[in-house]
Amino acid sequence: MIALLLRDLKLAMRAGGGFGLGLVFFLIVTTLVPFAVGPQSDLLASIAPGVLWLGALLACLLSLDRLLALDWEDGTLDLLATAPLPLEAVVSVKALAHWITTGLPLVLAAPVFGVLLNLPGPGFFWLVASLAVGTPALSVVGTFGAALTVGLKRGGLLLSLLVLPLYVPTLIFGAEVARRGAQGMETGTPLLMLGGITLATIALLPFASAAVLRVNLR
Amino acid sequence: MMPDLGKYADAVLSSYALSLLMLVLLVALSLWRGRKVRAEMEKTEARVSRNG
Amino acid sequence: MSIAAKANTIWQYANPKKFLATSERVLPFFWTSAAICLVVGLVWGFFFTPDDFRQGSTVKIIYLHVPSALMAINCWLMMLVTSLVWLVRRHHVSALAARAAAPIGVVMTLIALITGAIWGQPMWGTWWAWDPRLTSFLILFLFYLGYIALWEAIEDPDTAADLTSVLCLVGSVFAILSRYAVNFWNQGLHQGASVMRAGAVTGTDTTEKVSNVFFYPLFLCIIGFVLLFIALVLYRTGTEIRARRIRALLARERAGA
Repeated sequence: MIALLLRDLKLAMRAGGGFGLGLVFFLIVTTLVPFAVGPQSDLLASIAPGVLWLGALLACLLSLDRLLALDWEDGTLDLLATAPLPLEAVVSVKALAHWITTGLPLVLAAPVFGVLLNLPGPGFFWLVASLAVGTPALSVVGTFGAALTVGLKRGGLLLSLLVLPLYVPTLIFGAEVARRGAQGMETGTPLLMLGGITLATIALLPFASAAVLRVNLR
Repeated sequence: MMPDLGKYADAVLSSYALSLLMLVLLVALSLWRGRKVRAEMEKTEARVSRNG
Repeated sequence: MSIAAKANTIWQYANPKKFLATSERVLPFFWTSAAICLVVGLVWGFFFTPDDFRQGSTVKIIYLHVPSALMAINCWLMMLVTSLVWLVRRHHVSALAARAAAPIGVVMTLIALITGAIWGQPMWGTWWAWDPRLTSFLILFLFYLGYIALWEAIEDPDTAADLTSVLCLVGSVFAILSRYAVNFWNQGLHQGASVMRAGAVTGTDTTEKVSNVFFYPLFLCIIGFVLLFIALVLYRTGTEIRARRIRALLARERAGA
């Protein structure tokens, strides 16, 4: 399992692996928002938590179709399916690799982008906390979507259509934590819900992803 | 015959019109496709039993 | 279960031929009874019920909004059950029934959304409000679209049936999660004012009861929508079964030649 993880991480870091693209996309989105809504600082401050969450979510979405497609094309996925490692573990490792290469950098970079959007002081901690708790769910759910569309030629758009509605609960609670934190309010309930969703998806969704992958590999 | 819908006439009439239109379209398209597929199936069955 | 016993349960309809034969027989009943209930219910409700004290004549929208919203949800539930049946027992009729039902669900959801928005406009002053109920239906609409898109994208019918069934399962869980998330998201800030007044009339989220004068035509419309749904599902599943037969015949033809 560790070997698989390290392999995926190395592949992502290589040139052409797409590492860092998610971050750049996040930056671009963050830059575009003031152009779209105007530069008034209090407006930006009030929408900053939500916009940053949305940007992180979309950046995660971008790298999903590469998650399984490359291994599908060169036959690695078939090999992995017949390996002694259960397929559920394989998809979990893939999701983890995705989070480490996409989600985690976003979590760490978010405060910098928060500055661009006038995120209020107390909001920084809660933004990072909510992203840290929520982005793993995005990777796990994204892996499910990638497994569904792995065989398709133009699967990217369909992948987004399937995955974005599944992101809604995480987005709602995650952005709520960030927003409440920025206003200095209580964040306990949404944070608990967010954490609950992440844990549940990590525990249960790999079974669905593996089942779907088996169907596609038939 | 038409009840006095008052100031909400537009709202009520447009919602009825749109909804009924969508229902009619749904039924019509279902029937149209159903008939088409049924004819195609009968044609194919006839051809296969002739050649088979 | 012995063969004789199985032949007299619902599983006999897993046989496509039996399904087609039986649905041919019962469809006329469902079409006509749906038409009667809908016409009587809508005419009664539109022409012969009074206006509501607060909402004026817009209360008449209830006769379309409530039944369609109910069917939007029930359609998804039916798809969930038939998807499970497909995954467990591999009856093609079941998978095809789920596929056939999805577009019906889309239309029902759309009607619910549009009538909901139009109904809300005079009350809220905007064409769309992120009321929890309407928002949940918008999310349901997206789930339906994704489901249909996946069916269309996969070439092999059995693979498509498997993938869409799993999507339906996972989607159902997330749909329920979203419902709670959306309620949380929109109740925290404004109580009362944005709670849809439709809820007050139907008595589903306040303690007010629907008065009889509204209830009976509404009940008839709901029955009408249910009968229409059944008729459409039976008919459309028949179409899917025939389409599948065409594909099988063509494949056999190509293999034989």
